[in-house]
Amino acid sequence: MSSSFSIKAPTQLDKHFLRKSASPLELSQNLSWNRREFLRTAAGVALGSTLVSGRSIARAAVLPNDRKVVVITFGGGARDQETFAPEGQENIPHLMRELIPQSTFFTQVVNRGILGHYVATASLATGVYESVNNFASLPPENPTVFEYFRKDLRRPASDTFVVAPSNGFNRIGESSHRSYGTGLGAQVILPKHLLTAASSGGRDYEHLLRDNYETPLYSPQLSGNEFELRQLEMLLKLSVDEFKKHALTLSSPDELSVYIARQLMRQKAPSLLWITMHDIDIAHAGAYSLYIDGIRRTDRLCAEIWKAIQSEPEYAGKTTLFILPDFGRDSDEDSGGNGFQHHRTGDALSRTTWMMALGPGIREGVVHDRALDSTDLVPTLGAKLGFSTALARGKPIQEVL
Amino acid sequence: MFPSDLKQEHFRDYPPLARKFVTANLAALRRLPLSFLPSLLREAIEYDFKFPAERKALEKEIANVNALSPEQFKEWFGGFERIRLSPKLEHFDWINLPGQFVEQLSAHLWTTHQLDAFRNAATDYGNRLHAVAPPEPPAMRRLGITVVGQGANSSEGPLFRKLRPHGAYFTHVNPENGLQQLLGGAAARAQEHPASYGHWYIDGGQEAPCEGALTRVSYQALEPARTALSARLQKEIEKPGMGPETLRTLLAQLRPADLGLDDSEPVLTRFRLKLLTEGSGTQIFSTTFAQWAAREALRRAQPLTLFVRFAPRQRQRPMNELLYGNPASRELDPLGSLVDADMGAYYNWLNQQRLSGAAQASFLVWYEGHGEALIIGPSVPRGTVSNDATDFKALLSWIA
Repeated sequence: MSSSFSIKAPTQLDKHFLRKSASPLELSQNLSWNRREFLRTAAGVALGSTLVSGRSIARAAVLPNDRKVVVITFGGGARDQETFAPEGQENIPHLMRELIPQSTFFTQVVNRGILGHYVATASLATGVYESVNNFASLPPENPTVFEYFRKDLRRPASDTFVVAPSNGFNRIGESSHRSYGTGLGAQVILPKHLLTAASSGGRDYEHLLRDNYETPLYSPQLSGNEFELRQLEMLLKLSVDEFKKHALTLSSPDELSVYIARQLMRQKAPSLLWITMHDIDIAHAGAYSLYIDGIRRTDRLCAEIWKAIQSEPEYAGKTTLFILPDFGRDSDEDSGGNGFQHHRTGDALSRTTWMMALGPGIREGVVHDRALDSTDLVPTLGAKLGFSTALARGKPIQEVL
Repeated sequence: MFPSDLKQEHFRDYPPLARKFVTANLAALRRLPLSFLPSLLREAIEYDFKFPAERKALEKEIANVNALSPEQFKEWFGGFERIRLSPKLEHFDWINLPGQFVEQLSAHLWTTHQLDAFRNAATDYGNRLHAVAPPEPPAMRRLGITVVGQGANSSEGPLFRKLRPHGAYFTHVNPENGLQQLLGGAAARAQEHPASYGHWYIDGGQEAPCEGALTRVSYQALEPARTALSARLQKEIEKPGMGPETLRTLLAQLRPADLGLDDSEPVLTRFRLKLLTEGSGTQIFSTTFAQWAAREALRRAQPLTLFVRFAPRQRQRPMNELLYGNPASRELDPLGSLVDADMGAYYNWLNQQRLSGAAQASFLVWYEGHGEALIIGPSVPRGTVSNDATDFKALLSWIA
């Protein structure tokens, strides 16, 4: 008999699926192990503790002083069975064939926070599990990596940007922390907001103006450190007409974000650039084919950004790229959820993700199984770029430093 | 207000059967911790609109609470009693708005990092309940039939990949009159074993003609309600101060008449209403509607027979345009819909297997208009392929 809870007791079917994985910890470890096996067989990578390649040492020797970092959140949440599992690898050909062989890959990054995209991304950016309302227009409560970067290294506002998919992310660049906050954060570019302003909501661009898939009917009022339309030309050297014309050639909000990010890299070359992808979250609408399309598009866009990093003189040879999801999605086996559609059960699979790092000084083709925490990213970025992240909770990831 | 303070008059606004149910069990409700009770009341307040299987489950659950000794009670509910609630939650009108309380409790558990503790308590409770009051075996072997691919002339990849390891895949099934044969099979089961809400037909498009006592739900038949819902939502979100939580509350408060739904069969009408107001994407994509309707029918009504036919959904367009757009401009996406439905068929099988009698249950999925089908059942060899010519009569006789 079922109980009155939406979090159901495991059924016989669930027990069949989970029989070897009684606890969340074991589930996370199994998932991590599977990822490693998939990667070892499909991408030809090695287990971290057993490999120190000559090639990676050579690359480390040329690490320049003017380092840059680009962070991509592989956003919207994707499950292993549609990505790293054998049946899912067809959806991520660029990650598998191009990026993973060049990367240090972590198979077990656990998000212990709230599984909403804004609050989870804010947690990634602060190194502390934030508890702000996922759907309100509120800044993170703890200092962001952008504030640490600018304050400690005395960097100008033009040296760090966030490109975010949803209008709900407009406050993510700057916290409400009294020792940081106002005037110390990153400029947040909301390409869809920009397009709305440029096009006055014309129907030709509607396919790009989709907002938060978690609450498709609601967009918060914008306030705070917004990117103004007039800055389109000043910062990005784009006329409104050029921008509109190019936008018409794009099929999704994430393509628009990458277009803006590339323009930003060319024109301002920020040292710390954070790009949040979100197309995959169309899964909330329940159409599996659209979720798969989103994964394939995100895979392609990640490769495009890596190519841009390698081809832009300001970035080539001095940039570390981090790619990681904010979290996963519910498993098919949890009767409390509805499979790929949502990330509501808080089960181990929806909390356990991965991360890859590429660039000078990063060992290539190496996989690490040890458990990382989502909050480890900020201290790692601090150690990488040479600034203090005093209030962040995580620990620097030594394997990429 | 705490559970121990509960009195009969607190439930005066409950529908008649729900009021009768809770007031008859007041002593049991008073024992329960506040982190638990609203979850039970969320179900109880809907008692008048519950399916027979749900009513029976609720009655068993409350009877179990009544029967627990003080020591047993501590074992069963200790995990819930250790959950720390906020004063805001304690002062919430959890008697009349238990659903909203549970939503706020969920947010509270996330932000206070108590979700895992709650989850463990809930899982432990569910396991115990399952052990002392196991679900009754079905009156006949359950059968699920799912039809996918309407309007799709080809598929992008191999079909039924997730289901093939569990059953036999046929490549040369005679598709002639396939839909009528399969629907007829479902109707015959309904005639053979009549049961209130025991045999269902869910269609993601327009219902096919069919005789027999099947409980019917279709995307097409709900179009006026979907249009009314879109209009209402558009009006609401334009109001100042509207946010997702408020919107969700408004959706939860909608009644059948608000969307022009005929309430002559209240239990089924509420089920249809909830598909549109609680499902995500069910208002927009017919494939999502069919999958979610099947999931909810299985979870709630626990049918003996479930026939689900997917239909092409509209091509993906922006959410806002989809919700408010011109119906005349809709284009269909048969290929994408086939991918959706293929996954939906897998979920239909998974959800059916969560019910009692899973070991004896059977399942059939067919690519409509084509020769590809797959069957799963206790006597069907797993992971097998047959290229022999066959027909639905043979397949049904094997598993029904």
